[in-house]
Amino acid sequence: MSGILLLEQSLNGLQFGLMLFLLAAGLTLVFGIMDMINLAHGSLYMIGAYLMATLAQATGSFLLALPLAIVATGIIGVALEISVLRRLYQRDHLSQVLATFALILIANEGVRMIWGSQPMMLATPAALSGPVQLLPGLAYPSYRLLVIGVGLAVALLLYILVTKTRTGMLVRAGASNREMATAMGVDIRKLFTVVFGVGAMLCALAGALLGPLLAVQTGMGEEILILAFVVIVVGGIGSIRGALVGALLVGMVDTIGRAFLPMLFREILPPQYAAGLGPGLASILIYLLMAVVLFWKPQGLFPARG
Amino acid sequence: MIRNIAAPLALALAAAFASNVQAADRVKVGLISTLSGPAGALGVDMRDGFNLALKHLGGKLGGLNAEITASDDQFNPDTGKQIVDRFVKRDRVDFVTGIIYSNILLAAAPTAFESKTPYVSANAGPSQYAGKGCSPYFVSAAWQNDAFHEAAGQHATSKGINNVYLMAPNYPAGQDALTGFKRFYKGKIADEVYVKLGQLDFAAELAQLRAAKPEAVYVFFPGGMGINFIKQFVAAGLSKDVTLVLPGFSADQDIIPAVGEPMLGLMNTAHWAPDLDNAENKRFVADFETDFKRIPSVYAAQGYDTAMLIDAAVRAVKGKVEDREAVMKALKSVKARSVRGAYRINNNGFPVQNYYLRVIGKDAKGRIINKTIGTIFTAHADAYAKECPLK
Repeated sequence: MSGILLLEQSLNGLQFGLMLFLLAAGLTLVFGIMDMINLAHGSLYMIGAYLMATLAQATGSFLLALPLAIVATGIIGVALEISVLRRLYQRDHLSQVLATFALILIANEGVRMIWGSQPMMLATPAALSGPVQLLPGLAYPSYRLLVIGVGLAVALLLYILVTKTRTGMLVRAGASNREMATAMGVDIRKLFTVVFGVGAMLCALAGALLGPLLAVQTGMGEEILILAFVVIVVGGIGSIRGALVGALLVGMVDTIGRAFLPMLFREILPPQYAAGLGPGLASILIYLLMAVVLFWKPQGLFPARG
Repeated sequence: MIRNIAAPLALALAAAFASNVQAADRVKVGLISTLSGPAGALGVDMRDGFNLALKHLGGKLGGLNAEITASDDQFNPDTGKQIVDRFVKRDRVDFVTGIIYSNILLAAAPTAFESKTPYVSANAGPSQYAGKGCSPYFVSAAWQNDAFHEAAGQHATSKGINNVYLMAPNYPAGQDALTGFKRFYKGKIADEVYVKLGQLDFAAELAQLRAAKPEAVYVFFPGGMGINFIKQFVAAGLSKDVTLVLPGFSADQDIIPAVGEPMLGLMNTAHWAPDLDNAENKRFVADFETDFKRIPSVYAAQGYDTAMLIDAAVRAVKGKVEDREAVMKALKSVKARSVRGAYRINNNGFPVQNYYLRVIGKDAKGRIINKTIGTIFTAHADAYAKECPLK
């Protein structure tokens, strides 16, 4: 196997991992600070992608539609938090799971009623539809490079926000010990509304960026939500750093597994078994990763609560 | 409130009972297909083609009023099985048709076979039902799964392509696809890659493809999978170095409009094309465009032919659809009108027909469309028929 192949697969893994991070960042804070399981997080991702596709068609400009979709999804997220989720913080996890699962069904059917059951087309901006020659023998899709760039920038921005600003300090305080933070006079409710809004905006960003690579369709949130949960469990609930490391790990393991496991099996097994076993095992690899991490570090890699 | 519901409810009940009494003068068809999600455009086209045929037949099948119940299997084999169960037990349909995906067909069709309800396939034709496991209650108005790929393999061989990389989803039709291609392709195989059915991001697979440096790549990705694969293949700059060879499934009107210009010049294989020169086809293509404001795909053509085959069979048994054995005999022996031209049904229920080479180009109006440029197989039968014990 060549160095170029390894490099290209690493870029793919990085791109996938960064998008998972955008989803996991919001999810981990919501889970960490309010001890709230929000299954509807994936629905915000779907809503963001649909708004992006609609706005991109209406305005004819990817760049103009992106901030609009992000802000609109943020507003929807805040409205959802104030109207529904706020009532669930004091309830047990089962009620939260039931209520937010209902939200998933409502969101999916709502989207189907508004936009129909056929997937929407979201085209890559024309300037980014071709490849970029990174190295001799390696032409990489320019749009994926943009996705990587935006993902890295947002990760850096979040890191500065959480570690260097006052709001970030409050968020960390809330995540590590909610009662103590409240006792010290932090308005956790307001803080949480802000966190939830930011989480929704990150979802919309992920949905908008992944739209042209995947498909904008009902139910797109659930598939990726499961991966986002794996990420936060691996990284440690409530920790932004954990979410980043977890997301990159999951992204890399998934991509590398899909690419190299079938190759490995072909070396050691007859082809008819390798063809079935390789892809099958590759798809459970991230769950194996989760099991291994949980075995050695039951709190995840970077637990927020000491 | 209750009074408001009561009247329509009573009417509906009356209608339900009335229809039971008059069952003899109508044909009931249970149409189950994938109508939603990225995999759903195929089912929608098939359904629209079926409905256009019904319109051409004046809402009748074989002279009897047609009653169509349509259901969405949501791309889920369990849901598909439940729907067919409902069709044969509750609705007591005379025909079941419409399943697009072979994994769903393999889960759902046995329910129809057990109740001796004729299943007329408008798409999926898994090898499992073509050989030893053939069923007396199965007829296909489309093709056996391997067929387009056999034609593509033959095309690759005759073009002298000698190093092909193969890709397909890991499900029954994906395995049939690559088996079919390899049956007629004589050159070297660079690699054979299966991905998860429904996968939409091919970054990892495209990197492997680049590293393997094949002369050509043959992919069977239906529907949304095909749209994403071809877009990402072009975006990764691979289209300059690697020839893309496709079956008709990955190069038809469900995919072309979404991908656009990069599709121009791609060769693919199918049993039908919008420019096939026969009267049925001209009328079908023109009316489909008028009614649905888009060019019909191969799936729409299959839906149309399925309705025409059912129509011919019901006519042949003079409306006695309760006699299932006679209906099956008629389905296998009638000469139905077809947009693909003449075809006949083999002992295993699958068609014997021509397969064409098509190239994607522009028509007089500047739209991107498939054009026929040659015939690859004439009266081609599948390789499994001789293993089928049916006569």
